[in-house]
Amino acid sequence: MDVSQYLDIFLDETKEHLQNLNTQILALEQDSENMDTINEIFRAAHSLKGMAGTMGYKRMQTLTHDMENVFSEVRTGSIKVNAPMIDTLFQCLDALEDYLAYIQENADEGDNDNEPLIKELNRILNSKGGEEEKADSQTEETPAKEAATLTTHWMNVECKPEDRQHIKEAMEKGKNIYGMTVIVQEACLLKAARAFLVFKAIEELGEVISTQPSAQDIEDERFELDFSLIVSSEHQLDEVLGAVKKVSEIADAVGDIYVLEEESKTEEPEAVVPTVTQTMQPEVLNKAEKPQTVEKPAVKQPEKKTAAKQQMNRTVRVDIEKLDVLMNLVSELIIAKNSLVSSATGAAGTEQGTGFNEQIEYLESVTTNLHESVMKVRMVPIESVVNKFPRMIRDLTKKLNKQMELYMTGEETELDRTVVDEIGDPLMHLLRNSADHGLESTETRIARGKSPVGSIFLDAYQDGNNVVIEVRDDGNGIDADAVRMKAVEREFMTEEQAAAASDEDIISLLFEPGFSTAKQVSDVSGRGVGLDVVKSKIESLSGEVEVKTKLGEGSTFIIRLPLTLAIIQALMVVVGGEKYAISLGGIQTIEDVDPKEVKTVQSKEVIHLRGSVIPLIRLDEVLDIESKREPDENMVVVIVKKGDKLAGLVIDELIGQQEIVIKSMGKYINKCKFISGATILGDGEIALILDANALI
Amino acid sequence: MAYEISTQVNEIIQYVVVRIGEEQYGIDIKYIDNIVRMQSITRVPKVPAHLKGVINLRGEVIPVMSLRIKMDMDEDEITKDTRIIILKINHDGIGLMVDSVKEVVSLNVAEIEKVSFENRDERNAFVQGIGKQGDSLISLLDINAVLQE
Repeated sequence: MDVSQYLDIFLDETKEHLQNLNTQILALEQDSENMDTINEIFRAAHSLKGMAGTMGYKRMQTLTHDMENVFSEVRTGSIKVNAPMIDTLFQCLDALEDYLAYIQENADEGDNDNEPLIKELNRILNSKGGEEEKADSQTEETPAKEAATLTTHWMNVECKPEDRQHIKEAMEKGKNIYGMTVIVQEACLLKAARAFLVFKAIEELGEVISTQPSAQDIEDERFELDFSLIVSSEHQLDEVLGAVKKVSEIADAVGDIYVLEEESKTEEPEAVVPTVTQTMQPEVLNKAEKPQTVEKPAVKQPEKKTAAKQQMNRTVRVDIEKLDVLMNLVSELIIAKNSLVSSATGAAGTEQGTGFNEQIEYLESVTTNLHESVMKVRMVPIESVVNKFPRMIRDLTKKLNKQMELYMTGEETELDRTVVDEIGDPLMHLLRNSADHGLESTETRIARGKSPVGSIFLDAYQDGNNVVIEVRDDGNGIDADAVRMKAVEREFMTEEQAAAASDEDIISLLFEPGFSTAKQVSDVSGRGVGLDVVKSKIESLSGEVEVKTKLGEGSTFIIRLPLTLAIIQALMVVVGGEKYAISLGGIQTIEDVDPKEVKTVQSKEVIHLRGSVIPLIRLDEVLDIESKREPDENMVVVIVKKGDKLAGLVIDELIGQQEIVIKSMGKYINKCKFISGATILGDGEIALILDANALI
Repeated sequence: MAYEISTQVNEIIQYVVVRIGEEQYGIDIKYIDNIVRMQSITRVPKVPAHLKGVINLRGEVIPVMSLRIKMDMDEDEITKDTRIIILKINHDGIGLMVDSVKEVVSLNVAEIEKVSFENRDERNAFVQGIGKQGDSLISLLDINAVLQE
């Protein structure tokens, strides 16, 4: 079978299952008795195995199979969850991720058998008291064992009044009534199809009266490894069972003469059932069956429905490229709209012009709405990225031998897909940094009267047109003096400069390339490639990062990201006859300044504005162009803010606010740092986008 | 087998012949996406002089390079014949300004005289071979060298 066309789906779904397993096993570590968690793990492992099998990845299948075995024993309670076992399971997940990565690269699972892990899994399996020997070839052994306990399974088949009627009629006709349980092989992939063949085989010899689970559920494959039937037939039991067993991938079929119970007895099956449940292997026990056997049939129905609902994911997977195309079309539309706006300003004033303007305003609201909805489609919760962090912190706890706990809020905060894809690594760096450098060792914490368990917080929330992600720890904080010494040692500044610099300036050195203060180079962080990489990554996403710290109390890294990258609100300005766009995000005010108010401080031009001293940046000088204003004319100054810093950009003229589409300039033009891209204006002209942050 | 070898020898490459100053240059047609008339170029500050700026090509922002400046010749003189050759390499576009576009020629690989590295001087640093078309010579541009910094 050619399965390559399913490869993408396989990769996506396997990733989801692995993430799910990671989360659930973490939960299991906290609460080893939680049945829901265990069941969820079992289901995920089972699906993984099935998927790997279908795709023909034998090694992956073997590993997941053995993992599933362990979970199944945990489910029955014959193995207790313990720390080494959790460790092994995490290692298995890592191994599966490796397989997946290999498959993604080479469309092949590679040749790592992960022998030690499989041995370890089997050792765990065999450690459960030895009452049942489980060899590697488990599939062949289980059916026999199941058969012994399953012979009574068919007794639970519920009999509706009309079924009783059928049974009575059939008995009157002299037919035999059999109850039987059919067990499907564990490796069987198309269970519903096998069940269908079983039904077909039986119908050649007799008639199926009732099934457990219902025929619909069997058809939808909502059963695990067995299903039970009540059958009427003229033939002998052995013949019917034989026909069933002939269907391939059927492990076994057992049955007996079905005796119709007394009316009163069917209404109160509790008397029989509990003893049966105890002897049954839960491995093959349909999960939904437990409540069913005890409860009245009427209660069972809604319960099943909720289960089915959870499985149904009401989403559509869309290729990000298709969304990009859609996004580009919306961009084009906005450009076209802008050009209509600019040509309409010519016609304004006339009677025709007003009607035209109304239409344009209407078009404007439509394009804005369209833009917003396309943006929303591209938004994904950061959950998919931050989900892997609890696991990482757990591993770090062991590696660094520090006790710590991660608290996350705002996982549902949404960001543009492209941003979410890129934000994982910087966040991971920051968390590792907090765990390694931020938090003190357990002994130090106790000595300082802090809780021995360190806390790391990851909070995400939306703030206007930005999303803020904070990584906070209650550790040692950053020692500005230690950084100061390091700065001198590393020749980042002289001793005098270091002594004169403010703590904030000193701490911002941490984001400089090649500056790492960890005393030891550890596996976790401290290669000097942490924070500067974080900074450049965040900046490449048009975001910013800052740090706040208090010695002895902890530090907070604050990342600020724009909600969207492609379309922004910008202020259009003219400098020396050229048009430029400045993102509206950083702009505080626009001021009209008399050149006489400009003072010189340390040979830099500044202005006093409402009590603060603001340095001036003359854009004509920065952009290598002649200003068209006379020196004694009043200056137009755009006040921009970056963090706590303000600066005034001197421009020639203001055009106004406009929605602009950011276009890449291609890789052949090595644009300078403060040009973040280009945009196409309504008249087809190009304006460059100035990054005010890079200018300050 | 013999046939295959002979086709290899007789391989034909098409070149667009452009004029820069008095010389003719050939650009392999497989790199060319489009040829457009001169249009307004938006200057980009702080870039090397040979990068003239960016143009709007049907909604795409494409940088434009002056071949003259790149090859240490005089500044371009914009005339009605000035053209921008749009190259597309791995989806990235770049425009080359030339004085005029002459024709498309088909050259047999066998007729192309290779220029070895030792013989490449300042101006010919970007020429990978010389093709003959009748009496005239065409310097065949090494596009990768042209686009390198």
